[in-house]
Amino acid sequence: MSALAFLPGPFVHSAFDARCLEVPDKTAVIVADRDVSYRELNERVNGVANALHAAGIGPGDRVVLLLDSGVDYVAGLHAVWRLGAVVVPLGPQTKAAKLAHVLADTGARALLTQASLATAWAAALADTPQAPLVWAQGDTDAQPWPQPTTTATAHAGPANPGDLAALIYTSGTTGVPKGVMLNHANMLAAWRAVQAYLHLRPDDVIGLALPPTFSYGLYHVLMGLGIGATLVLENTAAFPMRLLQRLAAQRVTVFPGVPALWASLLALDLSAHNLSALRLITNAAAALPAAHTAQLRERLPHARLLLMYGLTECMRASYLPHEEVDTRPESVGRGIPHQEHWLEDESGQRLPHGSTGELVVCGAHVSAGYWNAPAGQPSRLSPGPRPGENTLRTGDVFRSDADGWLYCVGRTDDMFKSRGEKVYPLEVEHAICELPGVREAAVTSTPDERLGLAVKAFVRLREGATLSEREIIRHCLARLESWMAPKTVAFVDELPLTESGKLRRRDLA
Amino acid sequence: MSTIKADVRRYIEENFLLGAGAVSPGDDDSFLEHQVLDSTGFLELVAHLEETYGFKIGDDEMVPENLDSLNAIEAFVQRKQQGVA
Repeated sequence: MSALAFLPGPFVHSAFDARCLEVPDKTAVIVADRDVSYRELNERVNGVANALHAAGIGPGDRVVLLLDSGVDYVAGLHAVWRLGAVVVPLGPQTKAAKLAHVLADTGARALLTQASLATAWAAALADTPQAPLVWAQGDTDAQPWPQPTTTATAHAGPANPGDLAALIYTSGTTGVPKGVMLNHANMLAAWRAVQAYLHLRPDDVIGLALPPTFSYGLYHVLMGLGIGATLVLENTAAFPMRLLQRLAAQRVTVFPGVPALWASLLALDLSAHNLSALRLITNAAAALPAAHTAQLRERLPHARLLLMYGLTECMRASYLPHEEVDTRPESVGRGIPHQEHWLEDESGQRLPHGSTGELVVCGAHVSAGYWNAPAGQPSRLSPGPRPGENTLRTGDVFRSDADGWLYCVGRTDDMFKSRGEKVYPLEVEHAICELPGVREAAVTSTPDERLGLAVKAFVRLREGATLSEREIIRHCLARLESWMAPKTVAFVDELPLTESGKLRRRDLA
Repeated sequence: MSTIKADVRRYIEENFLLGAGAVSPGDDDSFLEHQVLDSTGFLELVAHLEETYGFKIGDDEMVPENLDSLNAIEAFVQRKQQGVA
């Protein structure tokens, strides 16, 4: 099959279903030393889909997946899609409070999870009035993980490409995570646009050390299996030497990364590993420092390097063609195929090339909105201008040069990225203020060699309260994903406020 | 329990284990699988071991076999102390 002729659809799982019939003996997924063929994976998908269907899960139902990167997660995704239901992926770092919020917000009818995360999900379920049915890998009181089976019970699938396929929860300015709605048409439009420049091939071996529960990793699962490639699922990002050994041993051809991961790999001797199979390396989630881009070009010269930019709300919005990376390494490109984009000033006026303003993106790949969003509330997402398309105000400020090449210069709000992950100060402040001894808290970022930006908290305690830095950090680790917990905490007598009493984060030092 | 394991267990409990119901890992439990440590956590653990035991840990020694459980760390530290790691 020619990669150039490849057009996935009509639903996100359609291509994978076709591959299972065409190349059943080919290796679909490798985890540690275990190879799983398309046939075996298909049987695992059958097992999960049959079990969920028998329990009454069907089109439109939301199913939360709280799982490590692995075969069961990949099978779970495709099983839910085959049933016409909606995947709600959450990473294993998710704590009880956020899981409870997502379960309630989505009205999820099922939870697919694992024994080692029981601390989080048992507590969340206790807090969920209409608790979902639970299937868990490993030894738990929940229903056991379904067995693989060769037969698929007959069931309805998605009816229309406009049917919801996924809800991906992302932090926002209000401090409460919101579900980005993605229907089959959105995801396929993003897939086609990205495949048009990424050129994934059936003979690719994709090394995925990224979380497959976030957009960047999720699409590698979808696109890799859809084209019949092999996915190597790695949990070795914490052990970069081991990761390099695995990339070499599995002859990985495609390897996506984020700046923190690239930094940890660049600290090692890449030439000590045979990475000659690597033909495509990518960066997204945060800007790669130009010095690191230069090192990757020098030390992995035979690999095409693509610097990319996107958001969950549209999957991807721009990529820098490889031939430009040496001349303009700090640019993220000039958009992606089938998309319109422009810069806007604060009053919403479109700006010409050579300006600085908020990037606005429009196309069929853009989400229609956030799940359960209150009507009439201003949103980044809005319909149109053409049917089937939506418009996204990214909140990212870019400068464009005379030719339209885009360079990121900052945010319109307080969000920053630490370790390539989003941190909304308000979400962290809310968590800190849950501690009885805390009167007020303010969170900001400070430069950090390893993390890019580190999270710093300023805390004003109540009269007579005593709390240590460690207690505050521990509370945040229990409450939030690990990258959101402050690295340092400073205790202050007062926080900088505006005349109207609003926090002036920019004045925090 | 040896002092190495007791020390590392205390370090992990104080710095990473948290919230109601958090269970301290068994001696042989994988930190990765049990979400005890992530990539930044392992780097901090390595820094703690270097400071506490006075040796340097090389990039090629940062592998799960040496660091991913209390038993693994104890064996690794003992090998380093005996100069055979």
